[in-house]
Amino acid sequence: MIKKYNIYLVLIILFFLCALINPNFLSIGNLSNISRQLAVTTILAFGATILIIGGMLDLSAGSVLALAGVLAVDCYKSTNSLILSLIVGILAGMACNLINAVMVANFKTPPFIATLAMMTMARGVALLYTQGQNILQLGDFVVFGQGTVFGMPVSVIFLIVIAIFTWYILKHTRFGRSLYAVGGNEAAAVASGINVIRSKYIAYLINGAFVGLAGVLFMSRINAGQPNGAIGFEFHALTAAIIGGTSFSGGVGTASGTLAGAFIVGFLNNIMNLANVDSYLQQVIRGAIIALAVIYDIWTKGRRTKGHLGNVEDKNKKQKVAS
Amino acid sequence: MDKYILEMRGITKLFSGVAALKNVNFRVKPGQIHALVGENGAGKSTLMNILSGVYPYGEYEGDILLDGGNVCKFKTIKDSERKGIAIIHQELALVPELSVAENIFIGNEQAKRGVIDWNQTRNKAAEIMKMVGLDISVEARIRDLGLGKQQLIEIAKALSKDVRVLILDEPTAALNDEDSAYLLNLLVELKDKGITCILISHKLNEIVRVAQEITVLRDGETIDTIDIADATEDIIIKLMVGRDLTDRYPKREHKVGDVCFEINDWNVFDPLDSHRKIINHVNLFSRRGEVVGLYGLMGAGRTELALSVFGKFYGTKISGKIKVDGKDIVIKTVRDAIKNGIAYATEDRKQAGLVLINTIRDNITLVALDKVSRRNVIDDNEENKVAEEYRQKLNIKSSSIMQKVGSLSGGNQQKVMFSKWIFAHPEVLILDEPTRGVDVGAKYEIYSIINELAGTNKSVLMISSELPELLGMCDRIYVLNRGMVVGEVNAKEATQENIMRFIMESNKYEGVEQ
Repeated sequence: MIKKYNIYLVLIILFFLCALINPNFLSIGNLSNISRQLAVTTILAFGATILIIGGMLDLSAGSVLALAGVLAVDCYKSTNSLILSLIVGILAGMACNLINAVMVANFKTPPFIATLAMMTMARGVALLYTQGQNILQLGDFVVFGQGTVFGMPVSVIFLIVIAIFTWYILKHTRFGRSLYAVGGNEAAAVASGINVIRSKYIAYLINGAFVGLAGVLFMSRINAGQPNGAIGFEFHALTAAIIGGTSFSGGVGTASGTLAGAFIVGFLNNIMNLANVDSYLQQVIRGAIIALAVIYDIWTKGRRTKGHLGNVEDKNKKQKVAS
Repeated sequence: MDKYILEMRGITKLFSGVAALKNVNFRVKPGQIHALVGENGAGKSTLMNILSGVYPYGEYEGDILLDGGNVCKFKTIKDSERKGIAIIHQELALVPELSVAENIFIGNEQAKRGVIDWNQTRNKAAEIMKMVGLDISVEARIRDLGLGKQQLIEIAKALSKDVRVLILDEPTAALNDEDSAYLLNLLVELKDKGITCILISHKLNEIVRVAQEITVLRDGETIDTIDIADATEDIIIKLMVGRDLTDRYPKREHKVGDVCFEINDWNVFDPLDSHRKIINHVNLFSRRGEVVGLYGLMGAGRTELALSVFGKFYGTKISGKIKVDGKDIVIKTVRDAIKNGIAYATEDRKQAGLVLINTIRDNITLVALDKVSRRNVIDDNEENKVAEEYRQKLNIKSSSIMQKVGSLSGGNQQKVMFSKWIFAHPEVLILDEPTRGVDVGAKYEIYSIINELAGTNKSVLMISSELPELLGMCDRIYVLNRGMVVGEVNAKEATQENIMRFIMESNKYEGVEQ
């Protein structure tokens, strides 16, 4: 039970620690800045969470984000329609992830490899499409990443909507439930009549929509269509999901955990910046935190299950299968 | 001939408090083929795993003596190999992508200071291959060889380690008749060269043919060791099954209705080897309100039959007809099977039955989530109610419906799996080893659940390797052997002896079918 709330405890402690170390931390400006910066990776992290719970993975998120972003930017420049460009961005993300889904669900390609291929392809398409040039002067397109509604940053509103959406589908829908079963024990899911292929498709399509949206928000925030932007963002997303308690072996994870994980990373980055920590050193610290989070997770899990799934049973099982 | 090459004295082995072996004594004379027989679960494999160091010294009680004196304390398999004991498991331990020569010397490479001497490897491998009479290139890859040849390479591997006592666990279970005959002849040859063999087998005709002494285990105890001169198949069967039946089964009113489920001319081939027939022209049926048993020894094809029926979950080139309530149905996937009212509760709870890291509730409603949801959104109250209802009805001992299934005992896990399938409201339930890994008390509860299912007019097909259980529970029993129905008996008239005889009889006519 304690373990379940550890992550939120860490978040709260970190929040107060940050406030103590640096008074600027609590300023509305700084907090709204953190949320705005975090919106993109957190939305990606929700997509990653959905996939990892179902036993999948998306390494192509950063590249697809860039492709969807430049397509959305270009659409805006030629149509001047915010809605249309948002839709183009989301559809581009979904299209790339449809291909991911075909590779993973139909052709049984390991998700790591399938999305590695997509990572390379999507980046290539983005560069081809823009001839490697940044698209500048985005005009009103910047409202997605920089605007506010009643004082609330637009990107944060998107983040809240996505967070609630993710929580709802994971917790309350049949799709969510089958996803936990597929990731927890695919053989049992198949034997229970779950349409595993369809679950995988839906998971990748949702992830694609999130990635596309993140592309729009990102390009809008930096005020440029950057075909070379967002490199490595998929790993920021994975970091948030893992620190948030999503198990890489599948079947375990929550939306709230991922949200907390993303903000833990965000607070840490922010406080290290405010404290003028060397940016190279910051990387080392971030890496160490991932390692510790995972070691802690495995260590506690090991203590809980040891003795229950002992060697003997496994051996017996193997012999049975052979007969 | 008083000296024994191997003596196991007073061996007791507990698995989480339950005795798998109770004070077992086992003695083998040198230069013999010594057969070890017993029903599934009698403790044969456990005993051999102790002998070969799979279960290390200290995890069991008793002594292993070699050459009439030396007490051996094997901590690992390597320790027993050093003393010349080699075990060949049912599941072969070969690396498919490596060559024959590489596999023979795996873990025992012909090397000088870590550098492999390939010439020596090949020459020695070729020498050993001659001993087992295999005429193939030592460069051949294992994956290109048939199972029979792979089995011989396992023996070659053992020979390369200067084996004195060779243990074979069901070596012919997966082989065709020709390969089996070859293997048995080879064992006789090796025996003549002075290598002692311990042969675990269900095929009594093979044992009678090659063995000199036979030890029978039952329920983890040594029943007897007899000389081949005194043994007939009948005597061995009696020793194997001869336990007395007490009242371990709840009573049921037999109200048998119409035929509910039928399989006609069912054929299935091995998905890994599409020429090998696993299920051969099987016909069977079950009526409403009836509990039908499906008995067979390991490798008989019971589970394969059930899985192939349940949405082609196993096998290739499947042919035949399935009828539910007299109507032909087409099943392509597991979902089709469920839709047509067929449920299959697997023997393998942990691998394919339950999502262990999920809660009792999530597991119970997994198959029939639509029953507790509206427009794909789960109704929490409804779901909790259903889960709680089954938790109480089937007496699942747990703190709440939110307890993780992985932390439940075997019996309670089984009840969760039953709940899941009963909640799907099937017409036919195929229960594969429903009491495996379940303690005695929970067994009775599970039998009661099965009776209740039959009482509510469902049709139950019960697969089990425990004959007394089938005799106590079923109306009719089909006997399966080597993929065929070799007998059908009314449970009232059936005895363990005549069911075993069906199997032994059918083994005599090897090579007639296929």
